[in-house]
Amino acid sequence: MPKGETTIFVCQGTGCVSGGSTELYSLLEAELAGAGAGNVRLKRTGCHGFCQQGPVVVIGPERVFYVKVEPADAKEIVAAILAEEKPVQRLLYRDPVTGSIIPHYHDIPFYREQERVILRNCGNIDPEDVDDYLAAGGYRALTRALKEMTREEIIEEVKRSGLRGLGGAGFSAGRKWEACYRASGNEKFVICNGDEGDPGAFQDRSVMEGDPHSILEGMAIAGYAIGANKGYIYVRAEYPLAVHRLKTAVKQAGERGFLGRNILGSGFDFDIEIFQGAGAFVCGESTALVRSIEGYRGLPRPLPRPRTSEAGLWGKPTLLNNVKTLASVPHIILQGADWFAARGTERSKGTAVFSLTGKVVNCGLIEVPMGASLRKIIFEIGGGIQGNKTFKAVQTGGPSGGCLPAEMLDIPVDFDSLTSAGSIMGSGGMVILDENTCMVDLARYFLDFTQRESCGQCIPCRLGTRQMFTILDDITKGQGRPGDIELLVELGGIIARGSLCGLGKTVPNPVLTTIRYFRAEYEAHIYEHRCPAGVCQM
Amino acid sequence: MDEELAICKKVLPFYSTRHHLIPVLQELQSKIGYLPEKVIVEVSRHLRVPASDVYAVASFYDQFRLQPLGRKRIAVCRGTACHVRGAPQILKRIEAMTNLKEGETSPDLEYTLETVGCIGCCALAPCVRVNKEVFGEMSPERVAELFDVFGEEDGNA
Repeated sequence: MPKGETTIFVCQGTGCVSGGSTELYSLLEAELAGAGAGNVRLKRTGCHGFCQQGPVVVIGPERVFYVKVEPADAKEIVAAILAEEKPVQRLLYRDPVTGSIIPHYHDIPFYREQERVILRNCGNIDPEDVDDYLAAGGYRALTRALKEMTREEIIEEVKRSGLRGLGGAGFSAGRKWEACYRASGNEKFVICNGDEGDPGAFQDRSVMEGDPHSILEGMAIAGYAIGANKGYIYVRAEYPLAVHRLKTAVKQAGERGFLGRNILGSGFDFDIEIFQGAGAFVCGESTALVRSIEGYRGLPRPLPRPRTSEAGLWGKPTLLNNVKTLASVPHIILQGADWFAARGTERSKGTAVFSLTGKVVNCGLIEVPMGASLRKIIFEIGGGIQGNKTFKAVQTGGPSGGCLPAEMLDIPVDFDSLTSAGSIMGSGGMVILDENTCMVDLARYFLDFTQRESCGQCIPCRLGTRQMFTILDDITKGQGRPGDIELLVELGGIIARGSLCGLGKTVPNPVLTTIRYFRAEYEAHIYEHRCPAGVCQM
Repeated sequence: MDEELAICKKVLPFYSTRHHLIPVLQELQSKIGYLPEKVIVEVSRHLRVPASDVYAVASFYDQFRLQPLGRKRIAVCRGTACHVRGAPQILKRIEAMTNLKEGETSPDLEYTLETVGCIGCCALAPCVRVNKEVFGEMSPERVAELFDVFGEEDGNA
């Protein structure tokens, strides 16, 4: 490796930290100091996405990719760089299919097939150093917005980009911004929804940990456009590292004049406060989240009620967007709506970030243009199913989503196609299931989750989920009765129609889609008292 | 004055409105370990929020504890990725080893066994969190190794 300007990027995401990357970083630091290697930079970064291979170390500028690095490997890594030798062979990535070594980041199938917009900086910049973000073009979008664009022009640009809410609902971001802009009131708020509660999803966490300034920048642009001077980031309690990185970023942005009073001399004031959730899945729902910030139990408000964009936090107009939606905004402002809209499908523009997990070979965080097929995501990027097993289904959208079978592998992944197949895009969880996964057990698992997390306010959700869970629990124990499937379908319909918030309305989806696509498995449990996947003991 | 009320005296002056209710409970719990009744009453007086409301909030959110917790808080992740990769077997194994059911604390306050919706380390599923440390790619056998480590060192909550 050439001695000139080498940088060692050490991943410090939650996954790699649990594998010992904090100690690895200290040891690399000590090795470099001991060798007096002033021309080698050491950089801590956010998540590279390939968490399964962690701790991950990338050596630049060639981007040599080291995987499963132990703290004890620090000496050898530094020695190889200083001696300008070949990379440490045993730490290089090995293709799980062919077994051959792939030394460079961009040649690895997991990365090669991705297109990173929202995740562009994740893994490449130090999330705790504002200068690194600035060097990557950070806060240029905010500067342009404040100095060269009117509020109306910004909203028009976001509208024209076709950006849709990436928290799952897929509502047009530009239209939401416009509604907030038009809403009357001299006090308005911007809230970033980082209450990523779907089990099996960690894409928002990775953005908050890996590129926190992009969220702050998006929020400040949104605040300027709609006329808000205060923003809140609502972060899940289980994400302490994200909270730390966001707080550091807010402080640094304030010191550099990108937040606070009279930002960049424009006369616009904007502050951001980090609010930690306290562990309630329902708080991902907009009105429940707002209640939680106000200091109440997170109970969604029944319809009819005004939209949050008209009467949200403390009854004031409030713009509530997901982490990834806001992180997309600087790119749209800087590179234009047309650039953004060139990606994706007719009605779903831009890119989608997924947490690819479960029984797939390559687990991790990925980003693809909207409209990529499930097959491409699972078999090209994901490398197929672990242990040469057979693909059975893919679960998207967490407890509000559904399970799609192999026949659906060629549908494009966008908001509308997934909805018409019976699942949802959701916030980006994608769990791959193989022949050893029992679909009835999985449906039972989701109902167990939702019956615990139901806020208890409305009867269809509180009692309905409990009843569905009990029926599914009986079936998995070999105590299912003829007619149970029909009962589940009927109950599911009632809960979906009768519940007062988005949680209850979508809760039956995992059950209904597994019945729709895997009915035979239910029947085997009920009528033959056997579990085809061999999971349920009966 | 007892220790818990002394902590309240120190923490409460930084908070003033109902909007601070969740943050103040979070800070007090992190310092005390749980939320005893007298702390709930103190918060109620200071923020001028009825004690029943403070209790309603404290009992609504999973994060808050109304009983003292063990020195080693073991949280088995029950996220979807962890579930399909064997979290139920891991929970069963830990239940057998600690003689505790999910949600229980041992009488000597050594262990608390909990489950958590999702830690967000799905690529390393199945995961177990002990106090603040996350352990990935667990198996029933590796969980047993984890407990050997506990025998040698103290919890660091």
